[in-house]
Amino acid sequence: MAIVETRDLKRHFDKVLAVDGVNIATEEGEFVVLLGPSGSGKSTLLRMIAGLEHPTAGDILIDGQRVNHLPPRARKISMVFQSYALYPHMTAYKNIGFPLKAEGLDTATRDKKIRWAAGLLGISHLLDRKPRQLSGGERQRVALARALVRDPAVFLLDEPLSNLDAKLRAMARDELKQFQREIGTTTIYVTHDQVEAMGMGDRVAVLYNGKLRQFGTPHELYEDPADTFVATFLGSPPMNIIERDGRLVGFRPEDFLPKVVWEDKEDLVTYDFHVTRTEYLGADQYIYGIVNTDVGETKIVSRMPSMVTVPIEAGSQYDFAVQGHHQVYFDKQSGKRIEYEKV
Amino acid sequence: MAITYDRNTQIEQQSLLDNERVLGSVMLLPAIVYIVALVGLPFFLAIGYSLSDITVGDPSLDFVGFSTFRAVINDGTFQRSLLNTFVFTVVSQLIVIIAANMLALALNKNFRGKWLIRFLLLLPWATPIALGTIGWLWVLDSVFSPIDWLLTQANILGPGGAFGPSAHAYWLGKPTLAMISVITVHVWRLIPLATVILMAGLTAIPQDIRDAVAVDGVGFWREFFEVTLPLLTPIMAVATLFGVIFTFTDMAVVFVLTRGGPVSSTQVLSSWAYFKGIEGGNLAQGAAIALFLLPVLVAVVIAMLRLARRSEVL
Repeated sequence: MAIVETRDLKRHFDKVLAVDGVNIATEEGEFVVLLGPSGSGKSTLLRMIAGLEHPTAGDILIDGQRVNHLPPRARKISMVFQSYALYPHMTAYKNIGFPLKAEGLDTATRDKKIRWAAGLLGISHLLDRKPRQLSGGERQRVALARALVRDPAVFLLDEPLSNLDAKLRAMARDELKQFQREIGTTTIYVTHDQVEAMGMGDRVAVLYNGKLRQFGTPHELYEDPADTFVATFLGSPPMNIIERDGRLVGFRPEDFLPKVVWEDKEDLVTYDFHVTRTEYLGADQYIYGIVNTDVGETKIVSRMPSMVTVPIEAGSQYDFAVQGHHQVYFDKQSGKRIEYEKV
Repeated sequence: MAITYDRNTQIEQQSLLDNERVLGSVMLLPAIVYIVALVGLPFFLAIGYSLSDITVGDPSLDFVGFSTFRAVINDGTFQRSLLNTFVFTVVSQLIVIIAANMLALALNKNFRGKWLIRFLLLLPWATPIALGTIGWLWVLDSVFSPIDWLLTQANILGPGGAFGPSAHAYWLGKPTLAMISVITVHVWRLIPLATVILMAGLTAIPQDIRDAVAVDGVGFWREFFEVTLPLLTPIMAVATLFGVIFTFTDMAVVFVLTRGGPVSSTQVLSSWAYFKGIEGGNLAQGAAIALFLLPVLVAVVIAMLRLARRSEVL
């Protein structure tokens, strides 16, 4: 277990700043997710922590020790790659044992550790197979076992679930999280999938254009987004943002419901919602429409649970409302979060 | 409601070339003609010649069974040529594959002026064999060899030198040195191709695998022997098979450099077939000698086809 810390970490690629002054510190045994769209610098950040990429400026610390100059193998980390990066010519057994061989352990000790890791991940029966004889899920477990077997201080995972199909991914997510709890190793996990991030992370660091936008628990990110990017990146459909009274107002689609639904009529902000289209999705109904704002008409969406049976027709106008305390406000220029003040 | 078509859709008649069987045959025809005329015909002609006693002076095809083969095999020069062909091929390919691996690994790194090195490296391959070999002929000249000059300056050759007192090594004049010279030229010629093929193989190893190796923390040698080399094996086999074909069948190097000498000590199958069949006029024996290339070439072709099929499966 260890604490990983980055201080003003920067990385240039030619003229592009892939990572632009990121400060993150994990806690011991914490599961931290680096979340961002592609090109946000999350993978570069992870690779710098791993030692596969050199920072242009700033420091990386593991357990308080500056590791900038250390090669990957000296950092007490293990990494699982998006493609799993299993050695195709080696059996699962040899793949898992490869890092141990590098450490110079004798055959008996290696065997014990390999079997322990394989047992933990339920792949003991697959050890004689080569990667191409394994399914995606099985390969992922072999890759995890290979990472686990060295007993690392930090686990680095680079989109390890993105090569699995949707059904398997949900299961693997749950298993991976359980597994991390059991072994208690500090884990840094890169993903572009907000569902993965919210579901697995103790804390999530949202990155965009190389900058850290917000670092907090999933709950904080969702309820208290630091800016419009975080607000719209998390949640599906994303937060509605409209311009009103010289600032940006944001509210979640699920908080934006027909006025008749709200029992407590106090603290309601009512909008004249012109419905253009509805989408029935089983548990929910998405209602797309237009409201009038400072800049004319803005398209927004409401996510109404199917339990709510208020009839909504496309082409009609309805009173929709959101509770005032569910609204968040952002600065029009910077997009940064501001406190509500009466103008 | 009535349906109206506002577009004037016209369904065309099927033309003869739309028929896949006709089109396929037409497309294949040039290749078939080429192979039959330039590969098939000469091949069967050679078999026919080798079973006859045909010479330039007596161009009638009289069947003599295997007596031509017997005559060829019992000839000491043929035996030497056969041995030389294998020695040259095996030794030069061993050197080529080791050197090409080293070069490919080095050129896979990033450094300034890499393009220039790559360009220079490819030159021997771009040079016509005969011209390149003539260049070597000057380099290995018995009197004006620059190698001799350098060795003399370094006090290795010449009076007082370890290999003295002569100031000349006579690279092409002594059997062992002549063999070394022939092998050297083959190596020089084939390193570029092998290096380029291996470089392609190295680039094909995914970055993730290299990163995994870095994280797993193995050193250079273990990485090379346990990861890089096994992953490179199929492509290395391709490079070797190409090299084998080029060396095994080559006659330009021997022909230009030594003409098989001194005293047939560097004679190879193809040059011996040429000297016997064309210069000596004994077409039957020339054909019989050339046919000895066949078993090895067939083996190489089978190996290549297998390799191609295996890489498709992977």
